[in-house]
Amino acid sequence: MKILVAVKRVVDYSVKVRIKSDRTGMDLAGVKMSLNPFDEIAVEEALRLKEKGVCSEVLVVSIGDTAVQESLRAALALGADRAIHVKTELETQPLGVAKALKALVEKETPQLVVLGKQAIDDDFNQTGQMLSALLKWPQGTFISSLTIEGQEIQAVREVDGGLETLKMPLPAVLTTDLRLNQPRYASLPNIMKARQKPMEILTANMLGVDLTPHLQTLKVAEPPPRKPGLKVESVDALLDRLRHEAKVI
Amino acid sequence: MALLLIAEHDQEKLTPSTLATLTAAKQFSVPIHIVLIGHSCQKVAEEASRYEGVEKVWIMDHPSLLHPIAEEMTDTLLELAKGYGFVLAPSSTFGKNLLPRLAALLDVAQISDVIQIVDRQTFVRPIYAGNALATVLSQDDTKVMTIRSTAFDKAEKGSSKAPIEAPPFKPPSFPHATFVKIEKSSSKRPELTSASIVVSGGRGLQTKENFEMLETLADLLGAAIGASRAAVDAGFVPNDYQVGQTGKVVAPDLYIAIGISGAIQHLAGMQESKVIVALNKDPEAPIFQVADYGLVGDLFTILPELIEKLKMMKKADLTQK
Repeated sequence: MKILVAVKRVVDYSVKVRIKSDRTGMDLAGVKMSLNPFDEIAVEEALRLKEKGVCSEVLVVSIGDTAVQESLRAALALGADRAIHVKTELETQPLGVAKALKALVEKETPQLVVLGKQAIDDDFNQTGQMLSALLKWPQGTFISSLTIEGQEIQAVREVDGGLETLKMPLPAVLTTDLRLNQPRYASLPNIMKARQKPMEILTANMLGVDLTPHLQTLKVAEPPPRKPGLKVESVDALLDRLRHEAKVI
Repeated sequence: MALLLIAEHDQEKLTPSTLATLTAAKQFSVPIHIVLIGHSCQKVAEEASRYEGVEKVWIMDHPSLLHPIAEEMTDTLLELAKGYGFVLAPSSTFGKNLLPRLAALLDVAQISDVIQIVDRQTFVRPIYAGNALATVLSQDDTKVMTIRSTAFDKAEKGSSKAPIEAPPFKPPSFPHATFVKIEKSSSKRPELTSASIVVSGGRGLQTKENFEMLETLADLLGAAIGASRAAVDAGFVPNDYQVGQTGKVVAPDLYIAIGISGAIQHLAGMQESKVIVALNKDPEAPIFQVADYGLVGDLFTILPELIEKLKMMKKADLTQK
């Protein structure tokens, strides 16, 4: 079977991004970009399924401007077999992305779609659930463990109160949580090899989907700063402050 | 245009995050209807009907909904949602799992993690791990959004009683996931996201055994226990203790960060706390930039002393009474 993994190019998780001076968005000029960490986990999980013989092909897709091809190459360097870039200059939002992925699923007929649970830039946490609803496929979100036997998936989900186990038939949509796996690093030979792997370029038009964003960002602001704190010298001083100043204990 | 609030409950009562969502819902100044999903949860429906501002309670009661799966709830909720201008759910794993499905099928955007309602179509939500707050405009016919519970107070019960009705249940017409089991992190302590005090530990505690000192401290304070990603990755505590961008968001009256350096991803989950205390051996740790009170030193000296002195304080409080 074939697995489709959707990836997003985002600001690297270690970068503290700044707001543009005109407050219309974030200043991304010259900032280090990477594969969204949850998507990296999604790629890794697909590769492990391939190594176990559960699937035969790992297809990675990304939607965005030409720069996302870098992220697709990064996923190919990790071991994915082929890539599709859906090219658009529009800002990508979950609903449009889910529609594009649905069209790609219909075209490519994978048995499993794996996505990161959320992108660390817009923090929406929606695309996998939307795709599952549009495809009418079962969904397993925020998963921390996965087994596939025959046509049946068993997935453990991270929920607020603990861990929930679900089973579901293939085909299905899964979204990854942090502890599903520890992604590998791309080796130099694999980075070289990735350059030769096939990458198809499509447009939203070719897929017949509308990527126009529904949400319009009016402005972006810094969160209100916390008032400066103070360092205390001892446990006694701390307890005294907490009791008599902050009145919280 | 009325508002539909999709409630989360534990079979006994509405969750605190649902009550915060109700407070957010009231800001729309439109009739509020609550929908409750489950089995044998009449008691919770009665509770929901008593909150001020609630004009109707829908109860979706079916044996298959005892542990509801998102796919099983979708069709019934979709039919119901079509009659509303606003659909809200708490931004818990329950709401996050379910609501985007409805948004997609209504062909509208979902606004995730709303922390402020500016007007009926303008909302504020954190992006980039809370490093920025985006004001977004939605012109979709139905506004679908999850509410970040730490940004709103919990709603109070009123004197009225809203009618309770059952919408027709539409089981899913396609293959879906089924519930196998849930392993709850058993704890007698308060629930992490609604506790008024949270004691949180990080890598600085070094071992699982050391982390257990936090339990004594938490018990003395009546606090919940949280953790940084590093502590969870190291196996000191289960996954659902994680506070941060991709874990839980908390805003207690008092947050005590012990041996947590304060990566931006962690700060995203706790920087709205009213009072933040940081204990760390590294005076340069970023956690001190958000802490109201910082104490620099060796945790293995500070922590036992803190526990001892709190015990003495408690004893003194008791004798005074």
